[in-house]
Amino acid sequence: MARKISILIVDDEESVRDSLYNWFIEDGYRVACAGDAKKALSILESDPYDIILADIKMLGMDGLEMLRRIKSIRKESIVIMMTAFATVDTAVQALKDGAYDYVTKPFDPDDLSHLIRNASKQISLAEENELLREKVVSLENVENLVGSSDAMRRVLKEIESVAQSNASVIITGESGTGKELVARAIHANSPRRFFPLVSVHCGALTESLLESELFGHEKGAFTGAVFNRKGRFEMADSGTIFLDEIATISPKMQVELLRVLETKSFVRVGGNKEITSDFRVICATNRDLKSMVEKGLFREDLYYRLNVVNIHVPPLRERIEDIPQLVDYFIGKYCATMNKPLITLESGVLKRLEEFSFPGNIRELENMIERAIVVGNGRKITLKDLPLGKETISTTVESLEDLEKNHISHILTKYSWNISAAAKALKVDRVTLYNKIKKYDLSQR
Amino acid sequence: MDLEDITLISFGYFDEELLKKIAPDISREFFYPVKTKSGNLDLSEFFDPSRKQYNGTTLLKKIDTEFATDHSKTLGLFSIDLFIPILTYIFGQAFLNGRIGIASVYRLSNERYGIKTDEKILLERFRKEAIHELGHMFGLIHCSDPVCVMRSSTYVEDIDQKYHSLCPICSRQLKSNSTDG
Repeated sequence: MARKISILIVDDEESVRDSLYNWFIEDGYRVACAGDAKKALSILESDPYDIILADIKMLGMDGLEMLRRIKSIRKESIVIMMTAFATVDTAVQALKDGAYDYVTKPFDPDDLSHLIRNASKQISLAEENELLREKVVSLENVENLVGSSDAMRRVLKEIESVAQSNASVIITGESGTGKELVARAIHANSPRRFFPLVSVHCGALTESLLESELFGHEKGAFTGAVFNRKGRFEMADSGTIFLDEIATISPKMQVELLRVLETKSFVRVGGNKEITSDFRVICATNRDLKSMVEKGLFREDLYYRLNVVNIHVPPLRERIEDIPQLVDYFIGKYCATMNKPLITLESGVLKRLEEFSFPGNIRELENMIERAIVVGNGRKITLKDLPLGKETISTTVESLEDLEKNHISHILTKYSWNISAAAKALKVDRVTLYNKIKKYDLSQR
Repeated sequence: MDLEDITLISFGYFDEELLKKIAPDISREFFYPVKTKSGNLDLSEFFDPSRKQYNGTTLLKKIDTEFATDHSKTLGLFSIDLFIPILTYIFGQAFLNGRIGIASVYRLSNERYGIKTDEKILLERFRKEAIHELGHMFGLIHCSDPVCVMRSSTYVEDIDQKYHSLCPICSRQLKSNSTDG
């Protein structure tokens, strides 16, 4: 049930206070009266009334001064000024000082009802808005980034420091490490959080489709363009645009993207009107953009334009200590989704998970847990429910070289970069291991 | 003190027959016997020459001191233009959960708005207004049901749209108010 709106009547005439009091009480509002501004301010200190209906001319502090004081304490208060002697100057002053409305006594009963009804509606909308804002913030919180390892703490710190700025960010990391979650966390903690976060998966679109997707198109720009369509840059106005798999865009799109980033303006496909949009850009890639620049595959100017801040999301094998927390998180998530009671891991399962290399990173772990909850006995996740024995096929691991690189990296991490121990485990000599480290450009992060 | 009845008192040039016509409906809504009588009051002391209207707030206080009793809900009925200091006019006024209220037929008649006289419509409006004010005196606040008699009405058109009875929610509330004492 909706809460009762409260009204404070401030007037030095008792008959006015009484009439208004009776009128509002009959309407079901919570009402209180004050005979002067001083008393009203002291009431408001302990009880912030939703609507304050105040006379302008009062002995002692006048209504306008009281309005200024109320607004300095609680900006969102709705103050309606009343006067028996209306002048344009006082009306303008009252509205300038933040009054919601200004009415001349006596009022028409219908005007008074409308005024209070509209003010009540504004209060309900503001409260609803506040509630929704809180919901949005809790939905897109950094808390969705699970993990307390040093590597993850470093990422969270970087998110925190970069969120408040407008700087472009490149998020790097292997596939499945949670780059989009990082982008969402940056947006959710930035001043742009109440505006849209628009995601574009550049790798999934052809050049012409990506162009139309990013810049929008005018009706008739190409076959099938039967309506005008806003582009993603336009939709991200005042918000953030997240360009995933940025390394996949063509040289032509790189030029266009650079121009948009520099001017924050563009023209829809088939159009001629310059459109401006205020957006922040966050990109993500699982490729080494720097080496792509060196090889001439990615424009250097665009690289530097995008790479103002770089956040590297570590692969799961470099933050094994986060696995128990992640497992708990996914068990909680999927048991709730599937309406099942919370289940636990059979002894020994966690150890096996920690030993696994997870080439598909967190996405792979998440899928594994989801599958185990679906196929399992509903009480405990056993080794049988997890495809750890077989080599899982990851979307990123396509070649034998990738597989070798991941395995060596995993073993090095496991033995804390003790070369002798890692070489022994891999059954190769130390020189071979050094050569492999050099070949795959592996380093201790 | 236990409530025994509802008293309707007409003041000034007022057709007492009107009271007798609405009494059964009032009794049916509030479950109390209804008494009707005419009262003597010099209305000139409530007249405000600057507004050419009668002050409802002071009138209400007068009725409270001179005509009301604790055993009865007393509704004073007039044919004068009523106002309260903050509003340009009122159809009636009552104290929420109080023992007195007032209502006037002055702004309820068609001719006030340049339309042909219709006694039937006037009686209907008057019946609704009296039940509405008595509703407040029995602790009911304005209702959002568009046809409930407790719906707030600032124009006669609003009065015409509602019934002269309480909606189920207000009826329940009335019963609960009576039980609470």
